Amino acid sequence: MITKRIIPCLDVKNGRVVKGINFNNVNDVDTPVKLAEYYSSNGADELVFYDITASFEERKIFTDIIRETMQRVFIPVTVGGGINTVGDFERVLSCGADKVSVNSGALKNPQLIDEAAKLYGSQCVVLSVDIKRVDGKFNVYLNGGRINTGKEAISWIKEGVSRGAGEIVVNSIDTDGVKKGFDLELTNEVCEAVNVPVIASGGAGCADDFINLFKTVPKVDAGLAASIFHFSELKIADLKNKMKENDIPVRI
Amino acid sequence: MIAIVDYGVGNLFSLRSSLVASGAETIITSDPDSIRNADKIILPGVGAFEDAARKLNETGLGDVIASEAKSGKYLMGICLGMQLLFDISHENGIFKGLGLIKGEVRPISDIIPRSFKIPHIGWNSLRFEGPKSPLFKYINEYDCVYFVHSYYADTSKDTLIATTEYGADLTAAVAKDNIFGCQFHPEKSGNVGLNIIKAFMEMK
Repeated sequence: MITKRIIPCLDVKNGRVVKGINFNNVNDVDTPVKLAEYYSSNGADELVFYDITASFEERKIFTDIIRETMQRVFIPVTVGGGINTVGDFERVLSCGADKVSVNSGALKNPQLIDEAAKLYGSQCVVLSVDIKRVDGKFNVYLNGGRINTGKEAISWIKEGVSRGAGEIVVNSIDTDGVKKGFDLELTNEVCEAVNVPVIASGGAGCADDFINLFKTVPKVDAGLAASIFHFSELKIADLKNKMKENDIPVRI
Repeated sequence: MIAIVDYGVGNLFSLRSSLVASGAETIITSDPDSIRNADKIILPGVGAFEDAARKLNETGLGDVIASEAKSGKYLMGICLGMQLLFDISHENGIFKGLGLIKGEVRPISDIIPRSFKIPHIGWNSLRFEGPKSPLFKYINEYDCVYFVHSYYADTSKDTLIATTEYGADLTAAVAKDNIFGCQFHPEKSGNVGLNIIKAFMEMK
């Protein structure tokens, strides 16, 4: 039986892992390669690296980190951040990344999804969407949650899938960093709307939040989190044992 | 020396790294002589069957691999590389494979319920079929490995060495004498995957 995936996310800036609370106030955690190796040997099913740097020099440091990680880590790795062109896909895929996550780049140029899916296959193209409730509607946000695009989230996700996105990361700005659980309502709506894997992100504060997610939204494929794992508040092995006790299919 | 066949399909960086991590001497090559001189051959592959089969054909590497395998050299196909070992594929038409293992590659949508997502992506457990294959020497039944595929190999029971359950029993691994194939990605399957590579490396 296919298992539910647990995915730690590493936000990388200046060659270090950081984690924001509601996208602000970043804390330094550890060196990315070391952390990736630790997660990989302690039960992570997949890793996401997110490049939150801006300058060209910093981008080079980031790709070096990916290359070094891919020599030591033998689980799937998704890379995102600053992906605006097919050239950006090529840049991170040539470092050995398995999938590429697009967010703002796809909003500015939706055709990017079609082109990348055609070149590298849908399994390679992950559409990540930052979503916030505005007047009872799910709106898509840009630039780490700062700009409201006015776009309705579910229709954007459907469009992304029809253009060739092979996986969706649903990042709820409302629950992110608050550690009171995933956004079950939003995640469920996305799962009902598309037939590709859906990854819930934002809000995990304890093991029960993951149990709740997988029990309440059985169609969801994975749960993604950062700080809760980085600061060892929750060990992935302990989380997975708890999932197993709750009859959630999991890789131990 | 293990030759990873480079015929312009997919990124071989991770595969090479996983072999290096398992202690294997490896070469990524598109040179027929290097393939002939290698002790073992790995045929990787991602993407569409037609494109990959055409490249193997055009470069002449398909013939080299087939004749080496027929002379007894150990060969392992991974993912699309496994599918290429079969007679034909029904992916977007009908296309010929290397014909080293009897069977046909078909869409998994033919045999799984509609409620299951396609591609089959993620970690799924292996059920061993028949006597335990030497490929699985260092792993246990029901260990999880990483899959990404929309097509499966429809083959006879005597070549199946493992299946995985995803709305139906899908072919996960096959073997015929010195020829092995994995639908999943051992290079992405953590320690279980590295142990499969190790067992392949040690075959004599």
